Amino acid sequence: MDRIKQKQNNPSLMMRGIGKSFPGVRALNNVDFKLRRGEIHALMGENGAGKSTLVKVLTGVYPMDEGSVSLDGNQVVIRSTQDAQKLGISTVYQEVNLCWNLTVAENLFLGREPRKMGFIDWKQMNRMAAELLQELNISADPTAQLDSYSIAIQQMIAIARAVNTDCEFLILDEPTSSLDADEVKKLFSLMRQLSENGVGIVFITHFLEQVYEICHRITVLRNGELVGEYEVENLPRLELVTKMMGKEIENLSDLNVNMDESRFEGEQPVVEAIELSSGASRIAPFDLKMYKGEVVGLGGLLGSGRSELVRAIYGADKAVQGQLYIMGKKSRIRNPLDAMKKGMAYLPEDRKAEGIFADLSVRENIIIALQAKHGILKRLSRKDMERYADEYIKLLNIKTPGIETPIKSLSGGNQQKVILARWLLTNPEFMILDEPTRGIDVGTKTEIQKLILKLAGEGKSVAFISSELDEMLRTCSRMVVMRDRRKVGELTRAGLNQSTIMRTIAGREDGNE
Amino acid sequence: MNKLKPLAKSLLHSRLTFSLVILLIVVVQNIITTPTFFNISITNGLISGYIPDILDEASLLVIVTMGMTLVIAATGGVDISVGAIMAIAASFCGLLLNGPEYRTDVFHSPYLLALLVGLLGGALCGAFNGFLVSGLKIQPMIATLILFTAGRSIAKQITHGQTIYIMNPVFKWLGVQIPGIPIRTTIIVSTVIVIIVALLTRLTSLGLYVQSVGINGSSSRLVGLNSRAVKFMAFVICGVLAGVAGLVGSSSLGSVNSGELGLGLEMDAILAVALGGNMLGGGKFSIAGSVIGAYTIQAITTTLYAMNVRADQLNVFKAIIIIIIIVASSDVFKEKIRKLTRGVFGKNVSIGG
Repeated sequence: MDRIKQKQNNPSLMMRGIGKSFPGVRALNNVDFKLRRGEIHALMGENGAGKSTLVKVLTGVYPMDEGSVSLDGNQVVIRSTQDAQKLGISTVYQEVNLCWNLTVAENLFLGREPRKMGFIDWKQMNRMAAELLQELNISADPTAQLDSYSIAIQQMIAIARAVNTDCEFLILDEPTSSLDADEVKKLFSLMRQLSENGVGIVFITHFLEQVYEICHRITVLRNGELVGEYEVENLPRLELVTKMMGKEIENLSDLNVNMDESRFEGEQPVVEAIELSSGASRIAPFDLKMYKGEVVGLGGLLGSGRSELVRAIYGADKAVQGQLYIMGKKSRIRNPLDAMKKGMAYLPEDRKAEGIFADLSVRENIIIALQAKHGILKRLSRKDMERYADEYIKLLNIKTPGIETPIKSLSGGNQQKVILARWLLTNPEFMILDEPTRGIDVGTKTEIQKLILKLAGEGKSVAFISSELDEMLRTCSRMVVMRDRRKVGELTRAGLNQSTIMRTIAGREDGNE
Repeated sequence: MNKLKPLAKSLLHSRLTFSLVILLIVVVQNIITTPTFFNISITNGLISGYIPDILDEASLLVIVTMGMTLVIAATGGVDISVGAIMAIAASFCGLLLNGPEYRTDVFHSPYLLALLVGLLGGALCGAFNGFLVSGLKIQPMIATLILFTAGRSIAKQITHGQTIYIMNPVFKWLGVQIPGIPIRTTIIVSTVIVIIVALLTRLTSLGLYVQSVGINGSSSRLVGLNSRAVKFMAFVICGVLAGVAGLVGSSSLGSVNSGELGLGLEMDAILAVALGGNMLGGGKFSIAGSVIGAYTIQAITTTLYAMNVRADQLNVFKAIIIIIIIVASSDVFKEKIRKLTRGVFGKNVSIGG
């Protein structure tokens, strides 16, 4: 303990000048990160900021290209997760990495069971487990099966397992994302206890409230670069959000969004949600109106509930409460097909997992939604399919060797355009675009932004989610702001500028709640 | 050389090439050892010879393989109950035809009605499997294990625990010969089934739906496909086709022996699908590939018999061939081959990246 106390104010784990590239992407560039013993250190950043890459470098999952790591002043080399563990660095991931069908004690000591004459000493193991759990104030029975406990307890058991392996540094990757308020409290008291025992904790989360509740320091990354390290007291929320999202925002005069606020008064909304909420997502019930010919941005940090909100409207997550009116008519959306038939389209956030059919051709990927709408018996003729594919490849300027090329061999930007084509072909009235420009090149980004404005000009209603504020400012006429899974504000054109948006996203201390 | 490159590329990447090569090897082997391989004669008003024999003997496998292809593509799992379903379908048919008798030459019910009820039995079994997989989300292999285990017992109950003999010559039409037609009916039926399935997957969107659901369930849902319904449908079709195979098979024998009919055929069908270059993990499928796969397996079996391999040794040889096939189609092996060929065809043989 004395050893730890002494060193408490010196950074004990230092990463210096870390660089890491993947084919075509510079994931980390000259990033420094310091973790002191006994502190809880938030690692913050939006999508693609490099948080997870940094953690993976630190834990030996990825080798680093440049830079060095030192522990208490001595240079160390981390080539594998085993190396990291030997140095006392452990990670607990969002998804609990334990065996649900084993007992709590078995999970705690898996792979290093106490033995007696070559056999597992069960008594000893259960006793050790009970001691460990008691020490950490975790109320769990060592002999109970793991999955008889809630996710929160399982997570704490995962932490206990990590801590028990002489862990001095603990990385918690979004541990709170599936916990409710009560469970978060329990987890936090465990984290505080560990930090008092001298464990240095890296805490990755999207919830600002939680950062300010428990952390001592914050390191902010953006686009693979270090923005800075701050003491929590010296970094107000608004500044944190500004640092995470970046400041360099161009003027939005180049693309013209002409918007008269009273334009929609008395008009029938295309889609109106009242107190809508879906089961899986835990977002607070929300109201939303979408009018013909407008682009509404959904702002907020990653994990704030932006996607969950649109998924509830589209029926991708089943709505459990509230009502939805489409063109003034009360509608029941039980699944995406219902939504499509009512004129909706949804481009999902995760292109690979929920968008493309990797092995199918560009043509098939384009016509699949229209075909699904037609039903299995009314097959589109080959000729029509080819015509549609050719038409949209030309319209969206999709770069592909041919219409029969598998979509997986196209670049990310072109894959995204194929999915856009898929939905445009269904001629929707209301389009939901969830991060349509993520991970694609600048040229394509601009093309997609222009397309969004063009669609609105043609009278379609577009809900647009993007992590890039400037992109939304350029295209949206209205913005809905989400924070911590709650709709916290709606900004119309007059109030739509960087600072009001940031302020709404950051919340509380600026008098927003 | 420039034209050769894309050809080499597509040949290397087409999984179908592989089974064609195997089939070719078997045929060449036969030509060498059996000079009469291509001989065709007419005996008893039927075209006969090596090739018609292979086509005839493969027919049940071909029919079952069509259904198996759809199930594998849609679910990424297999239906191991097809052999048992064959027995059930044949038993229903036999029960209607023979009534309470074990051996008779009088039809107790109209022939067509009996066939229809047999098919219905197959469809019901398929629907049961489909419900377990798409409704209760049980793994296909486990779900179909139920009928795999219980199916033949059920079939036995239907036929009062006996092999029943149907002596009316009309019963043999489906599995042997329709009077006046010189081609074995099995060959006609299996060909018709292949054509129907091919048309079904091409003229409707069944093929596209099955592949979409098999490749990416989440994407399928978001574009409005009902993946449950698609998987259910695949199992029902598989059940009906197993029913067809059961009816044809029992007709060939002139009897319904629910303990023997279609025994072990499920494994051959799975192998045929794999051999046809289809992904066993689901997704893209090729009807043509599966057909070639099925005939290849039968050709191997027939060849081994012709080489005087005894029936009890047959499986050992089959196993050896399967090992060779699996190794040759494994990614590790292919990567090795690709590296070797890279030197020959230039750097860009592999696509992707």
